[in-house]
Amino acid sequence: MDSGVALLTIFILSIFVGFEVVSKVSTVLHTPLMSGANAIHGIVLVGAILVTGNSDNTLTIVLGLIAIVLATVNLVGGFVVTDRMLEMFKVKKPAKPAADEGAKK
Amino acid sequence: MTSVLAAGGASAVAPVWAQLIDLFVAICFVLALKGLSGPKTARNGNLLGAFGAVVAVVTLFFAYPGMKNLPLIIGAIIVGVVIAFPIARKVKMTSMPQLVALFNGVGGGAAALVSIVEYLQAGESESKGILAATVFTVIVGSVSFTGSILTFLKLQEAITTRPIVIPGGQYITSLVAIGTIVAGVALVINPATWLLVVLIVLSALLGLLLVLPVGGADVPIIISLLNAFTGLSVAASGYVLGNVLLIVAGTLVGASGTLLTREMAKAMGRPLTNTMFGAFTATAVSASAGGGEDRPVKSAGPEDVAIMLGYASKVIIVPGYGLAVAQAQHQIRELVDLLNEKGIEVDYAIHPVAGRMPGHMNVLLAEANVPYEQLKEMDEINPEFSSTDVVMVVGANDVVNPAAKSDPTAPIYGMPILDVADAAQVVFLKRSMRPGFAGIENELLFDPKTTLLFGDAKDSLTKVVSAVKAM
Repeated sequence: MDSGVALLTIFILSIFVGFEVVSKVSTVLHTPLMSGANAIHGIVLVGAILVTGNSDNTLTIVLGLIAIVLATVNLVGGFVVTDRMLEMFKVKKPAKPAADEGAKK
Repeated sequence: MTSVLAAGGASAVAPVWAQLIDLFVAICFVLALKGLSGPKTARNGNLLGAFGAVVAVVTLFFAYPGMKNLPLIIGAIIVGVVIAFPIARKVKMTSMPQLVALFNGVGGGAAALVSIVEYLQAGESESKGILAATVFTVIVGSVSFTGSILTFLKLQEAITTRPIVIPGGQYITSLVAIGTIVAGVALVINPATWLLVVLIVLSALLGLLLVLPVGGADVPIIISLLNAFTGLSVAASGYVLGNVLLIVAGTLVGASGTLLTREMAKAMGRPLTNTMFGAFTATAVSASAGGGEDRPVKSAGPEDVAIMLGYASKVIIVPGYGLAVAQAQHQIRELVDLLNEKGIEVDYAIHPVAGRMPGHMNVLLAEANVPYEQLKEMDEINPEFSSTDVVMVVGANDVVNPAAKSDPTAPIYGMPILDVADAAQVVFLKRSMRPGFAGIENELLFDPKTTLLFGDAKDSLTKVVSAVKAM
C-alpha cells in the first residue's frame, strides 16, 4: 500500500473508533471525558520532541522548545486534572460514617 | 508520500519495535476513552491513557538515539511538568473548566508550532499534501490556541462573561476567515515564509473573533469544540511528520470531541450554529430585561426558610454554580440529612449543565459524599416538581429560568430547564439580584410563590441548618 493511502486509512478508521467509543456516555461523565480527551491530544509532545531533536538553527530550536513546554503542560496537566475529577467518583464506604454517628448518639 | 517517510529528519522512520510500541500506545488511548465513558472504569481509563503517553515519550528517546539538543529537550519537558503539575493538583474544583480550556489551548499552540518548525526545516521542498496538512495544522491549532485562551479569560472572569459583540463583527469574522483560507491556499501553491507569518496572524485573530461573541452558558460547548479542533490539528501534524501515533490519537480526540460537543449542545437545546452565532442577536434582550431591578421581591430570613422546609413533605434541591463557589456542598448535605431524619423526602435536581460544564455539579456533590441515588437528572425529576412542596434553588439561575420556554427572544430560549415553577413554593438562595452567567433576568424571582434568602450560600445554609435543628 502507498504510505499516503495507509495514513489516510488509519485516519478514517480512527474517526470511526473515536465515534464508537464515546457513543454512550452519560452527562455525568461529559466533563471528565472531555478533560481526558484533552489530555490525550497532549501526545503532540512526541511531535514536538521529534522536530526539536532535528533542529539546527536557533529559531527552530527555540520554537520547538516552546512547543515541548506547551505540549507537556497539556499532557501532564490534562491527565492530573482528569484524575482529580474522577477521584470524586470513587466508591464510597458509607458504613463507617454511619457507625460513627450511631456511636455519638 | 513514500519519499517523505524516507526523507529522514523528524519524519524518519522509527525502528519496527518502536512502531509496535506506538501501536500499543494507540490501543491504550482507545481503551482510555472507552474507560472514561463509564463511571466505574473512568479512573482506570484515565490512568491507562497517562501510562500510554509516558511509554510513548520514553520510547522516543531510545528509537532515535541520534537526537540533537537532548539536554534542552529534557529541560523543556521538566519545565512543562513543573508548571502543569502543581496547577492541576491545586486548582479548586470550581475553576476546573477554565483549566481544561487553558490546557487545550496550549495543546493547540504546540501542534501549530510543530508544523511551523517542520516547515521551517524542510518546508519549501515538501509535497503539496504535506503543505496542505501543515496549513491545516497552523490554522486549526492557532484558532484553538487563541480561542481557548480567550475562553479561559472569560471563565476566569478576567474579562466579561457576556457575549462581546463588535459592530459588523460577522463581516469582520467572515473577511478574516476568507483571508485565512486565501493565505493557506497561497502557501500550498507557492511556499514562502512571509505567507506562513500572515497565516499565523490571521488564524490567531480568527480564533479570537469566533469566541468573542460566545457568552454565558455556551462557553462549555465552545471548550468542547475547541478540544476537538486541537485533536484534529494534532492528527494533521502527525500526517506532516508521518507519525502514526499522532494521527490516531489526534483523530480519536477529534472524532470523540465532535460527538461530545454535539451531545452537550443537545443537552442544552442549542444547535451548534446558534452557539457560535446566536450571540449576535443577544444585545437587545439584555437591554429590555435590565429594567426589572426595582420590582418588588419577597425576601425572608433563614428561620422562615427552615419552617417552610421543616413542614414540607417533599423537597427538591436545585444546586448551581453559586453553591460551588461558596463551597457549600457540605452544608447542603447536612441540611438534607437533617430533613431526611425528619422523614422528609429530599432529592437533588441536577441540570445537565449545572455548574459551568456538563457533569460539573455531580463532581462537586460527589466530593461532599452526597449519595448517587439522590442525584436526579433533569428528565427524571421534571415530572416530580408539580407534587413538590418546596424547591430550594441554591446559587442557580439560568437553568431554572422560565424565559427559556416562554420568551423566544431570550438568548437561552430553547434550553431545557428544570420546571421549578410547577412546585408549590420556591426558595432562592442568592447573593444578590444580579442575573446569572448568561446575563438575563429571571422572571421567576418576582413570582408571588417565590421567596428569596439573600447572602452567601454557605452562611445562609449554615443558618438554615441551625434553625432546622432548633425546631
